[in-house]
Amino acid sequence: MSITVSNDFVAAPTLPDVLPPRRARGRVGMFLHRYPTIAMGGFILAVVLLIAIAAPYLGTVDPTALAPARRTRPPPDVVAWAGYWLGFGDKPPAWQFLFGSDMLGRDVYSRVMYGTRVSLTVGFAVAFFSSVIGLFIGVCSGFIRVLDAVVMRIMDGLMSIPSILLAIALMALIGASVQNVVLAIAVAEVPRVSRLVRGVVLSLREQPYVEAAIASGTRVHLIIWRHILPNTLAPIIVQATFICASAMLGEATLSFIGAGTPPTIPSWGNIMAEGRALWQVKPYIVFFPAIFLSLTVLGVNLLGDGLRDALDPRLAKRI
Amino acid sequence: MTKLLEVNVLKKHFPLKSDLFGGTKGFVYALDGVTFDLAKGETLSIVGESGCGKSTLGKTVLRLVEPTDGEIWLDGERIDNIPSGQLRQMRRRVQVVFQDPFSSLNPRQRVRDIIGEPIVNFGLAHGSELEDRVAALMDKVRLPRDAMHRFPHEFSGGQRQRICIARALAPGADLIICDEAVSALDVSVKAQIVNLLSDLQDELGLALLFISHDLAIVEHLTHRVAVMYLGKIVELADRAILFSTPHHPYTRALLSAVPVPDPTVKRQRIILTGDVPSPINPPSGCRFHTRCPYVFDRCRVEEPVLRKTGVAGQVSACHLDVVPDA
Repeated sequence: MSITVSNDFVAAPTLPDVLPPRRARGRVGMFLHRYPTIAMGGFILAVVLLIAIAAPYLGTVDPTALAPARRTRPPPDVVAWAGYWLGFGDKPPAWQFLFGSDMLGRDVYSRVMYGTRVSLTVGFAVAFFSSVIGLFIGVCSGFIRVLDAVVMRIMDGLMSIPSILLAIALMALIGASVQNVVLAIAVAEVPRVSRLVRGVVLSLREQPYVEAAIASGTRVHLIIWRHILPNTLAPIIVQATFICASAMLGEATLSFIGAGTPPTIPSWGNIMAEGRALWQVKPYIVFFPAIFLSLTVLGVNLLGDGLRDALDPRLAKRI
Repeated sequence: MTKLLEVNVLKKHFPLKSDLFGGTKGFVYALDGVTFDLAKGETLSIVGESGCGKSTLGKTVLRLVEPTDGEIWLDGERIDNIPSGQLRQMRRRVQVVFQDPFSSLNPRQRVRDIIGEPIVNFGLAHGSELEDRVAALMDKVRLPRDAMHRFPHEFSGGQRQRICIARALAPGADLIICDEAVSALDVSVKAQIVNLLSDLQDELGLALLFISHDLAIVEHLTHRVAVMYLGKIVELADRAILFSTPHHPYTRALLSAVPVPDPTVKRQRIILTGDVPSPINPPSGCRFHTRCPYVFDRCRVEEPVLRKTGVAGQVSACHLDVVPDA
């Protein structure tokens, strides 16, 4: 029996369409897919940031303008308006203030929009300053044995005082202004950052690549610059977002109890503090700044959570 | 052969601090009088079980750990007490390759910067010359040139270890301390790295201080072997002698534990009982007496010194002249 070999080339059969086509994702789509919390937190924060920047153009009026004749006006009755637009009921009376007005007749909407500026300023400034100062102190005490013992005892002392009490004490000492709020909260947050940095530095110092760098004659300042700092950055960034969130809450708390931003400046804490007396009869004065504060803090915390996952090298390796 | 490295009665005692007042409770006797020398182009292996002070020895020679007592001489210069300025110059000549290839490379540096770091530190080259040197080093350790701009996490364990070796070669070192340099690698990769090291040794006349617990690798690579037990060298001999006629009972026990890939071979295993005693409170007399099958009264009180056995090129710290076969 002979085997005949055909000289004709046979086209490879086309693959059956059982495999679903790979969903093509663009860069943005890929990012959203991998880090949904970063996307969500980033989105909320971006909106809040836009509000802060564009506050004067969002249909706001002077947030400090008093109008005693129009005090405690309610926000529009959402249910009645919805009913009117859907075709039931009569047209409700036109509203004067989107978020209502407070007991001095100031526009709560304008105050909340402008209050965004205070919260973000305080949050970012505290996060920045306490990270930078904490990084410096942490690296120093991680590298200088003698300093470590002294500095860390001071930090222990600071941390033994509840941070909000410490901030209140500092505010009582230095007086009310936005800068002083930043200073007071930053002082309360620095121990936490320097603790974190010191821990990271101490563990990095024992890493073989740092020992190898010492063995290859790298000088101490270059070891810190090349090997220690880049590897401290990820935990610092994550910590900074949480500090940002807690600073915003801290500012609101201080203002709420009257130890924060001066009452002339509309901050969310101040608006809530002033609305507190009328809380049971005019809840909207407290409600709107509270919602904004919660959403902003949620956004920052989501961002921090996402960054922690994204910057963790163990998790970053997965495709 | 000229001596490149001489270590005389080197001691490293780590103080045990009591927490509250920083007082010293005692010492960990990690190295307790270690003496050996190493010639140019020679490989000396340090073997022993975990906790015997092998790695401390390597780090002390590198001056990553300050010695408590004793002398280290590098090429006729004493390096255990020199000021930091001269110490940096010494660092050019002694380099290190660590065990874990994953943690011995900075994850945020590119390969070019990792290998170039010692070159830049000692001001040996700049700019394009630096690039050329790094490329030449990468050829030497058989890494592809395009690896230069990549990060360590893009490489396998063996490749990372090649990067570490290139970094160690970069400043033109005479002595490379390999601290368990192949222990974390797969068998096949291990063989490649060991072969690379011996090729480089032939090519560049490197001396290697090869710290390992893997006797099979040591036998393949080394000229001489020092066996350590609880901070002391108990036996030091040429490779062929140590592996054929070991003298010290501890060496014999170690060798009998090496697996032989042949199921038909009948062997006399020497099973040591008990654990390694604590280096905080080492036994009196011979440190091995608590586990030695041939222990007698003298061992418990008198510490044996390294002395010549009948065989040339072999010293052993045992009171027995002839150790009976097990």
